[in-house]
Amino acid sequence: MPEGVAVSESAVLAGAPVTAAGARTRLVRRILKNRSVVIGGSVFLLLALVALFADALAPYNPTRLYPGQRLKPPSMQNLLGTDEFGRDIASLVLHGSRVSLLVGGVTMILTSLGGVVIGLIAGYYRRLDIVIMRLMDGLMAFPAILLAIALMAVRGPGVWNVIFSLSIVYLPRTAMLIRSTALSVRELDYVLAAQALGRGGLAIAFRHILPNCMGPLLVQGTFIFAYAVLAEAILGFLGVGVPPYVPSWGNVIASGKNVIREAFWVSAFPGLALTIAGLSLNLLGDGLRDTLDPRLRRE
Amino acid sequence: MLVVVTVVFLLIHLIPGDPVAVILGPEANAQQIEDARRELGLDRPLHEQLLRFYARLLRGDLGRSYFLDRPVTQALWERAEPTLVLMLSALVVAVLIGVPSGIVAGAYQGSWWDRGLMTLALLGVCVPGFWLSLNFIYLFSVRLGWLPVAGYASVFQDPVAAGRYMLLPAVSLGFNQSALIARIARSCMIEVLRQDYIRTARAKGLAERSVIFLHAFRNALVPVVTVIGITMAILIGGAVVTEIVFNIPGLGRLIISAILRRDYPVVQGVVLLTAAAYMLINLMVDVVYAYIDPRIRYA
Repeated sequence: MPEGVAVSESAVLAGAPVTAAGARTRLVRRILKNRSVVIGGSVFLLLALVALFADALAPYNPTRLYPGQRLKPPSMQNLLGTDEFGRDIASLVLHGSRVSLLVGGVTMILTSLGGVVIGLIAGYYRRLDIVIMRLMDGLMAFPAILLAIALMAVRGPGVWNVIFSLSIVYLPRTAMLIRSTALSVRELDYVLAAQALGRGGLAIAFRHILPNCMGPLLVQGTFIFAYAVLAEAILGFLGVGVPPYVPSWGNVIASGKNVIREAFWVSAFPGLALTIAGLSLNLLGDGLRDTLDPRLRRE
Repeated sequence: MLVVVTVVFLLIHLIPGDPVAVILGPEANAQQIEDARRELGLDRPLHEQLLRFYARLLRGDLGRSYFLDRPVTQALWERAEPTLVLMLSALVVAVLIGVPSGIVAGAYQGSWWDRGLMTLALLGVCVPGFWLSLNFIYLFSVRLGWLPVAGYASVFQDPVAAGRYMLLPAVSLGFNQSALIARIARSCMIEVLRQDYIRTARAKGLAERSVIFLHAFRNALVPVVTVIGITMAILIGGAVVTEIVFNIPGLGRLIISAILRRDYPVVQGVVLLTAAAYMLINLMVDVVYAYIDPRIRYA
């Protein structure tokens, strides 16, 4: 039994919230020793800062059109060149990070919250389990991107509609993960002890089972963040994501597709940004999984 | 499957926008719209439409396209070939690159081969496929002029042209998946090489090469088969995007244009077909799994 979990279990058993401070600092220290967590995390942090200060960093207004500056190659004036409307690519890429991180972050939060509620209910109340899981199976029966496209067709373009659609698409994965973790945890003795102490079902599910699902949830959340960022770009690229006038990486790549013969830089740089974002999140997720998953830990 | 069918139906009919108005154009008067709605059966209540939909589906009838003036099944049949060819060639690319690199990396864990291949695989997981396609188009078609920019030729009519058209789409679609396969194959290989029978094989003096290829390879392959199944499923979604980039007249382009024109029966048909294919693939994976690994027997 790994150290962190063991300590929190006894804390939970005593009815106290999980505040085993010593164990927690040790856990944080171990996570920070992982190289991919550090690299992925810092790159991601940098991206978040860029998104936050995009206004100050961007040399031009990304939505302002300069018809005289169409399709200029990268130069000192426009570091990454301009697109077919004369918009500055560097400014578009900087501002595009906002849409990507907003969609990724909110989708991660929504799928985690929804997944926890659905997963715990399914994992703890066996009768509801069958109904809920059939429904999740139904949603999982579609290829993710196809379901997202279909949902976007229902909702129409818009940032919040993208978030809504992607949350529906990725919700079943988190719900199933939480359910399977809950199913294995609920057989442990301390849950029996809590039941013997007269705790109600929901209290046990949320206060005693949930803390043990946090590790897998965090790992899964990081990967869903990465999927959502990519899926947002794909939807934008297909023309069914955020509206075309909003600077997002997918939209800029889509406009670059039409001018690829004359101006490769229009699609190249936002794609590079997308790759870097995906890389940092995947590194972070891999690293977190290695440190948080007790089965994979090499010590 | 019933859940899937119902979900598809409801999803499609919740799309706002009137197909009749789109078919007849802005000049149609109210009477014409009313007639057309009656002809298409869209004036009935939703539950009645749903029941008729079930009944027709049981007879293998997916309805007629509002725009293409032919039964949906025929439209699906016409568009299936390019998508199938694309998926199969991408799968071949993914397996040919993925399995050997994963096996080599796993067999020589920690070596430079391992590190190089896994860095490449991490990149491969994170590079967005559609952006990779654009870069390929720029490099091989626009710059070098070796391959056509986009288009499609039937394998049965002109195999050489078909190959030239299909090469870039297949590689860019398959590359992401090959990275996934390589990572799984590597971890399976590492897992297998830790088993007792591998130690026995080494202890009895077998050459390292035959240990890896005769004893470890076959056993490492079992989980890889599952991943190849998942890959097929992901390829269905990826094919949609790739078809748009390369202008391939397959099911992906069919559904995108159908969504934009509110052609309900076609959207329904494509989504049902992919969901059915998805389930069939999962079933096949289970069967193949039992065949490869004699320890698995279904009661």
